[in-house]
Amino acid sequence: MTLTKEFLKGLYKENPVFRLMLGLCPVLATSTSVNNAIGMGSATLFVLLSSNIVVSLIRKAVPGKIRIPVFIIVIATFVTIVEMVMAGFFPALSKSLGNFISLIVVNCIILGRAEAFASKNSVFRSILDGLGMGLGFALAMIIIATFREILGNGTWLGIPVLGESFNPITIFILSPGAFLTIGYLIGFFNWFESRRLAGK
Amino acid sequence: MDFQSLFVISIGAIFVSNFVLSRFLGICPYIGVSKQLDSALGMGMAVIFVMSMASVVTWSIYTFFLAPTQANVLYLIFMKGSGSPPDLTYLRTISFILVIATLVQFVEMVIQKLSPGLYRSLGIYLPLITTNCAVLGVSLLNIDSSYSFIESLVNGFMSGVGFTLALVLMAGLREKLELANVPKAMKGAPIAFIMAGLMSLAFFGFAGLKLG
Repeated sequence: MTLTKEFLKGLYKENPVFRLMLGLCPVLATSTSVNNAIGMGSATLFVLLSSNIVVSLIRKAVPGKIRIPVFIIVIATFVTIVEMVMAGFFPALSKSLGNFISLIVVNCIILGRAEAFASKNSVFRSILDGLGMGLGFALAMIIIATFREILGNGTWLGIPVLGESFNPITIFILSPGAFLTIGYLIGFFNWFESRRLAGK
Repeated sequence: MDFQSLFVISIGAIFVSNFVLSRFLGICPYIGVSKQLDSALGMGMAVIFVMSMASVVTWSIYTFFLAPTQANVLYLIFMKGSGSPPDLTYLRTISFILVIATLVQFVEMVIQKLSPGLYRSLGIYLPLITTNCAVLGVSLLNIDSSYSFIESLVNGFMSGVGFTLALVLMAGLREKLELANVPKAMKGAPIAFIMAGLMSLAFFGFAGLKLG
């Protein structure tokens, strides 16, 4: 696989949220506003990229049998760093994301990429993979949050977009809205993909 | 023992803030293992068991090793009870996930030894639970709500029951859905999410309960 493809696959073809459907808990819980989505997306991107680099660096030194606990420690260390940085520099964001920052540690994408990619590939390829997958995850979160924030609150990134007369559909920023939005979006991407394949 | 507060916690954990439908924890097994009723029940039982155990163990670790209190074991041993107790709470995430991963392995070995029948029905689900965010989620939630030991145990158990309830309801619905005529693009996960949305809407009704 060429290096560009390594990077691009995370954005659409193997998008962690819409195609692989991994790590959905934070996607559903923190996509209530675009602001939260950007915060959560960048935190996950940072952890994914750093853990991919470290796992790839130590891949030859770690015995196969204990690789999963080692990967988990690596990931948990970076999550702790993110937690402390968030609490120190962005207290408001840290408060609204709550426990979901700590829960990045059990996000299946990160352990999944460590196990399936970084532990078998060179550092440079792992960086590209981490960047692509992390950006794909953040992008998917922003798309979901865009729908939810505009419909549920009438704003985008805090800026009113639908005018005074719009009556917000509050259900979209509550829990049922998250399930409905992601269900329809995955359905849309399935349909889009089947159309694309049929056109080939 | 205050039974009323335990009752309020139980109802809260099962219905009002259901782990799957309102807190969004444990979505992966909820969508992944809800295709058949049998496997949904097996997964649910394994989750109840591990969540109760994890609540008890992580509560003890937090209270006796991490929290800056006079009862902190590390403070009593290494500082001989002088000076101010160290605040190790930033080690919460890393210590909890290690403990949970070890606990799941340990539980798996014990069940395999003691009850081969139970192992055959739960066995394949146990390794999946380590990366189930519901387990780490309930541990962190117990700490954030500053629950006591018994309250943590009850919250862990009842949250597991709430998870199982949502999972089993979903599995029952999906077995029926096999017969329905769903548009091709919506088959599988998308329609499951929409059903989860409707269930979540129904569970929203419980939010009006006034307890305590």
